[in-house]
Amino acid sequence: MSSAREEILGRIHAATRDVPESEKADDVAVTRSYRQRHEASRDELVELFAERVADYRATVHHVRRASVADVVAEVCEARGATRMVAPADLPTEWRPSDGVEVIADENLSHEQLDGIDGVITGCAVGIAETGTIVLDGGPRQGRRAISLLPDYHLCLVEADQVVGGMPEAVSVLVDGVRSAGRPVTFISGPSATSDIELDRVEGVHGPRTLEVLIVGADPRTTAS
Amino acid sequence: MSGPSPSFPESARVALANTQLRRNMGYATQTIRAKRALVVDELPDWEELRETGRAIKESVLRHLDEHLEALEQSVTRAGGQVHWARDADEANRIIAGIVSGHGATEIAKVKSITSDEIKLNEALAARGIEAIETDLAELIIQLDGDESSHFLVPAIHRNRAEIREIFLEHLDVDELSDDPRELAEAARLHLREKFLSARVGVSGANFAIAETGSVLVVESEGNGRMCTTLPPVLISLMGIEKVLPTFQDLEVFLQLLPRSSTGERMNPYTSVWTGTSEGDGPQEFHLVLLDNGRTAVLRDEIGRQTLNCIRCSACLNVCPVYSRTGGHAYNSVYPGPIGAILTPQLVGIHAAESLPYASTLCGACYEVCPVKINIPEVLVHLRGKVVRHKQAEHSGWRARLDPEAAAMAAMARVFSSRARYERAQRLARLGQAPLARRGPISHLPGGLMSGWTAMRDLKALPQRTFREWWVERDGSRADA
Amino acid sequence: MRVALFITCFNDTLFPDTGRAVVRLLERLGHEVEFPLDQTCCGQMHFNTGYQVEAIPLARRFVRTFAGYDAIVSPSGSCAAMVRDYYGRLGEIAVEEQGDTALAEQVAQVAPRVFELSELLVGQLGVEDVGAYYPHRVTYHPTCHSLRLLKVGEAPLKLLRAVRGIDLVELPEAEECCGFGGTFAIKNADTSMAMLSDKLRHVLDTRAEVCTAGDNSCLMHIGGALSRQRSGVRTVHLAEILAATEDDARV
Ligand code: SF4
Repeated sequence: MSSAREEILGRIHAATRDVPESEKADDVAVTRSYRQRHEASRDELVELFAERVADYRATVHHVRRASVADVVAEVCEARGATRMVAPADLPTEWRPSDGVEVIADENLSHEQLDGIDGVITGCAVGIAETGTIVLDGGPRQGRRAISLLPDYHLCLVEADQVVGGMPEAVSVLVDGVRSAGRPVTFISGPSATSDIELDRVEGVHGPRTLEVLIVGADPRTTAS
Repeated sequence: MSGPSPSFPESARVALANTQLRRNMGYATQTIRAKRALVVDELPDWEELRETGRAIKESVLRHLDEHLEALEQSVTRAGGQVHWARDADEANRIIAGIVSGHGATEIAKVKSITSDEIKLNEALAARGIEAIETDLAELIIQLDGDESSHFLVPAIHRNRAEIREIFLEHLDVDELSDDPRELAEAARLHLREKFLSARVGVSGANFAIAETGSVLVVESEGNGRMCTTLPPVLISLMGIEKVLPTFQDLEVFLQLLPRSSTGERMNPYTSVWTGTSEGDGPQEFHLVLLDNGRTAVLRDEIGRQTLNCIRCSACLNVCPVYSRTGGHAYNSVYPGPIGAILTPQLVGIHAAESLPYASTLCGACYEVCPVKINIPEVLVHLRGKVVRHKQAEHSGWRARLDPEAAAMAAMARVFSSRARYERAQRLARLGQAPLARRGPISHLPGGLMSGWTAMRDLKALPQRTFREWWVERDGSRADA
Repeated sequence: MRVALFITCFNDTLFPDTGRAVVRLLERLGHEVEFPLDQTCCGQMHFNTGYQVEAIPLARRFVRTFAGYDAIVSPSGSCAAMVRDYYGRLGEIAVEEQGDTALAEQVAQVAPRVFELSELLVGQLGVEDVGAYYPHRVTYHPTCHSLRLLKVGEAPLKLLRAVRGIDLVELPEAEECCGFGGTFAIKNADTSMAMLSDKLRHVLDTRAEVCTAGDNSCLMHIGGALSRQRSGVRTVHLAEILAATEDDARV
């Protein structure tokens, strides 16, 4: 019996008979004249990132490196979050100074995660143009389930992790995917739906609140 | 499915008579259209992105076999398993087999139009497996036993009051207002348990990367993340045309897709996974590659571009036909302009003859399509196939009885000679005399043209054609 | 410049005034217009309805009739687009079906020289003010084929803005199709009417006396309904507005 695989490949071969045999997949030139880089200063990029993240109705704060732990504690308290899960490698400077219990993710069950108030993670890269944070399971990020089940996601982005656009972000991510098959999640604002009369509603299944701290960004401002 | 589905004009008439539906559709399509225009205008390099998107898809399709083999290798290397399905039945059997193999009787499913195409839910139900739809809109539709009318907002034809009714009837809630927030909360609670208990998740795939074996789901609500992360087993179904060569290609498509579909700079969540990852997410991953007519589309050099489609639905929202009739009038899983070209190619031209004609050829779809599918060109090409199919079926005298074919043949003959053409102009003027009675024609007796005069007067033929005037003028100029 | 008028079978038979307006206008601007009498129909209806093979002889006739002119002008956006954008495809079909390569070659010669009226005036002849006078409130409907196939862009509006006495008002949702679509209006009469009623509403909202466009087919569709509703709004082809002068106004 010819397998489905052989048969489909055979059909494709027959269907593309107009393509010269000598032409190989790599021969087809694809021009990429779209923008590869954003020509903007770091400050401008961070500013744009903050603005665009906020456009999705996520909350954004600029935080000095020295005050991260305090701000983390403050924002958790403001949300009424007392138990936060975090990847085991979350730096101590990022852990809330007081009032919040941080539970390291050591293979917590999905049910356990579902019962926790929120999650604190870092990220792999932030995209200014689209206001997107990207997680790839690298340092300070943990596995996917921890940033999915709790209803509140507090994400810390280092100012120098912010890039201009999608092409720059893909260049940051590609090695981890190629070499380690890292799972990547692009997050742009809190979970949302527009399924009911196109009214945007935050939070259906994913975290309903997304809060972003930009670390070491702009010394002029701190969290309010 | 049993029996031929009704034609587009028949179903459109029913849809157009539903004023609530027309209002919902008009509002919805206008809103998304405006949002899309805003975020597209924001990008200075939109046209360059479209061109690259198109070029990548074209290059993939020219060497689809190579790319699929590469994808299979990469997925396998990353710990996944690849299955090939020639048609819907085969795909359904494969998926049901995996689910049953794990002793599961329930799956958590994230919306996938490809799974609608193969009627996966019905096929699973027949084998005692319940598919739980987890998108809000899909849930609404599933609870109501309805069908989707839009790729992205499948319940676009339902308003909040109707949704409230559906939830009150089917969900375990006593009180519920029609506030979208409350409706969404009800769905969240209802589905959370399902996510936590599901042993198998099923998804579609927006893209898959041949180079790395990565598969993507682009979504908003988070149910895609849930389905592709929480259950220990994940099955993803994708059409063979969804493969992209390299991970870098995502930098193009992740710009084109969200802006074209929901009119956002980026959709809330995009999940990318590469086989399985130890200690993170499903530990068993199956990718089902589906043909189901796609290789037949590939064979047609003009129709081939249809496979560029990334299912963004921009063409639906700008279509003056779709935005008035809604999706159900197409009697096809794929509605709107893309449905009008894709469905007849997937199921065979004879089974969807009216769809290529469900367009004024206004070109609005082509203008917005992020991968530059020349939809009007394909529509006209398919119309040619419809005509030739009819001509082949009714050869000889029966072909001449078809009123349209007869009229077209007669006109072609008239236009092929100046003398015949001028004679026909004179005859037409004589023929309309009894109808015109000095002034516009407000009623035409039965037959082909009566649709015209239902709403419009028909202009009476003038006393003199242009060429008669010209010849006279030339004559008088020569005399002078 | 030898300019040939491609009137289209539709205008020849139903809207001779439009053709006369084109002649008058171009002659007023100092150009000589020729009208090759062998022309009949470009084959658009056949092509768009799926009778492509039947359209091939009409395309052959067209390229034969119009060979040798510097420019071919048509007061119909959709027929001009048929020749310029789709004759190439007919040439391919002639090769595939009949092994005839001559049509494709002739199309390559003739098709690029076909222009819709506003394209010829603004793009080729470089005029915007054609010296017209038209003291009426007018709204302009950009027909789909002028807009998206020919991409005439602002040309018709530039011409209209330069008309003396005109009160030009913007049409809401102007770029939305009117629902004509050739045989679409017959095959899908209900949908066509739904589109038409929205277009009518927008036209009436402008309180214009005249709705104009570069294509009499769409105008006949819109005008037929305006006439049925006794709305008092007329449809007038762009060429007729551009041809009008103060002398006409006096008579
Ligand atoms: S045809 Fe183009 S516009 Fe329509 S859904 Fe597909 S990609 Fe989007």
